[in-house]
Amino acid sequence: MKRIFVNEKWCIGCHLCEYNCAFANSGIKDMVKALKGKNIYPRVHVEGDDKITYAVSCRHCTDPICVRSCISGALYIKDGTVCIDHDKCVGCLTCILVCPYGAVSQDENGAVQKCELCLKNSAGAPACALGCPNGAIVYEER
Amino acid sequence: MKNYVIIGNGTAAVGCIEGIRSIDRDGKITVISSERHPVYCRPLISYYLEGKTDIERIKYRPENFYMENGCEVIYGKSAVKIDNGKKVILLNDESKIFYDELCIATGSDPFIPDFDGIESVGDKYSFMTLDDALAIEKAVSKNSKVLIIGAGLIGLKCAEGLRDRVESITVCDLADRVLSSILDSDCAQIMQRHLERCGISFMLGDSAAKFRGNTALMKSGKQVDFDILVLAVGVKANISLLKDIGGMCGRGIIVDDHMRTSVSGIYAAGDCTECTDISCGESKVIAILPNAYMQGKCAGINMAGAQEAYDKAIPMNSIGFFGLHAMTAGSYFGPEQNGEIYEEKSEDKIKRLFTKDGLLTGFILIGNTDKAGIYTNMVRNRIPLSEVDYERLKKSPDFVSFGAEYRKKKFGSVV
Ligand SMILES: Cc1cc2nc3c(=O)[nH]c(=O)nc-3n(C[C@H](O)[C@H](O)[C@H](O)COP(=O)(O)OP(=O)(O)OC[C@H]3O[C@@H](n4cnc5c(N)ncnc54)[C@H](O)[C@@H]3O)c2cc1C
Repeated sequence: MKRIFVNEKWCIGCHLCEYNCAFANSGIKDMVKALKGKNIYPRVHVEGDDKITYAVSCRHCTDPICVRSCISGALYIKDGTVCIDHDKCVGCLTCILVCPYGAVSQDENGAVQKCELCLKNSAGAPACALGCPNGAIVYEER
Repeated sequence: MKNYVIIGNGTAAVGCIEGIRSIDRDGKITVISSERHPVYCRPLISYYLEGKTDIERIKYRPENFYMENGCEVIYGKSAVKIDNGKKVILLNDESKIFYDELCIATGSDPFIPDFDGIESVGDKYSFMTLDDALAIEKAVSKNSKVLIIGAGLIGLKCAEGLRDRVESITVCDLADRVLSSILDSDCAQIMQRHLERCGISFMLGDSAAKFRGNTALMKSGKQVDFDILVLAVGVKANISLLKDIGGMCGRGIIVDDHMRTSVSGIYAAGDCTECTDISCGESKVIAILPNAYMQGKCAGINMAGAQEAYDKAIPMNSIGFFGLHAMTAGSYFGPEQNGEIYEEKSEDKIKRLFTKDGLLTGFILIGNTDKAGIYTNMVRNRIPLSEVDYERLKKSPDFVSFGAEYRKKKFGSVV
């Protein structure tokens, strides 16, 4: 299965992945309308200090502790992708308590969100990787 | 073909079924369920009262779960006795079920102290099952005054679920603070203030001494009139099936890290067990859903003949009330126990990290809980502080503190 991998040597900390992620998941066709003047709540985030930066998003772990811990049965694995059923999620945040990567977050309304590899939105493949200018985020089989 | 039997039909049972099926597609699985519902999310019964879930969505697994996994579920019957010599279980209707491999996943029952006069109370409930929630839903109205005995997780979740359905809610507890099993007193105060602002009243350091009809006479001498009484004092693990045949039990059924009990051929998982809390090394009942699932899965894999250990159990809770979230994990050692505490605190936020002997042993976060899992992972996997830049990590949970090698391994390969 293809997953997201990060090579921090190539990351310049431009945060484009965050914008592309927020746009891809906004459901809005026009990027300006989707993002301009708004706080964004992307499912990938760039961390770092003055020397190094890198992007963090769901690792789609082979035995994900978030799924094992989910108290509402909302997190599930579909063909290797860790997905969330927003209809079942009650926002208890247990997944945030257990994700070792800090890769699960809340959207503007406090609802839980996570990377689903853009398989449910119109991008069709991870927008963070597609738009990364330096190949610091790749979507491939390893 | 192996003949698997699971007593209980909660989260640990589901973990066990999924564990067995990850190894053995063919063996027969029989589940004995005293509750008459397919497995549901027990922690969501308060969300049901709150209207955040319903009878359909509260199901823990899809409709076809048992069929897909080739399980036969016996609903509405209880196991009353195990004969481990003959490998047979006796049910309360006197029918018998034979097993090759057995998992006890019986969870816990509410503990009801025998209060003087409790039998004179008309409308009294526990808050453990979906049927409890459905009964409470029927009993309450906009004019109900509710008294909840117990300011622990279950009592307070019940209060949250009921607030918009009733006139008033009073919660009492013998402890001097709310959530005393997971919060220290400063942290409890933040949560209590928030709950009070949200309309819940408290009588702490006080509890009912006796009941006279729908009046509670408190230890302090006060009187509380109520329409509905909820008893959420505590729970006790259902251990009797194993204890009765001489199996080793403390407060829970004692299991090793393969979920084997002291009786050969019998495993146990979930709230009915007691296992080592690796954040302090003590054996205890860790009554949380993630633990139930992981123990169940581990039991199932071993029952099916493969080898699997689960040796990372810690208490951990993510619990929110009316929008304010608290996350806790592990054990808290203060300076008097040679521990160190790192703290950030403001009006309604707090972060307390507890370190001891070069390890992060536990934490409490209220308010800002982003990326808490990075700390939980430190506790669960006992990652030595010497391997990270703790001075940075304690302020900011991120991976700068873990170094390039760690990042390369975690973000550059399949995990
Ligand atoms: C209100 C509430 C809120 C909670 N909130 C949280 C939370 O936020 N996070 C969290 O992690 N945990 C929470 N929990 C705890 C969580 O629900 C439990 O840890 C979990 O359900 C344990 O699963 P289990 O399978 O071990 O036991 P259970 O879910 O209790 O299942 C055991 C089943 O076995 C049945 N049984 C017992 N004896 C027999 C017998 N002799 N024969 C046949 N069947 C039998 C019982 O009827 C029951 O259905 C909460 C619990 C409650 C009550």
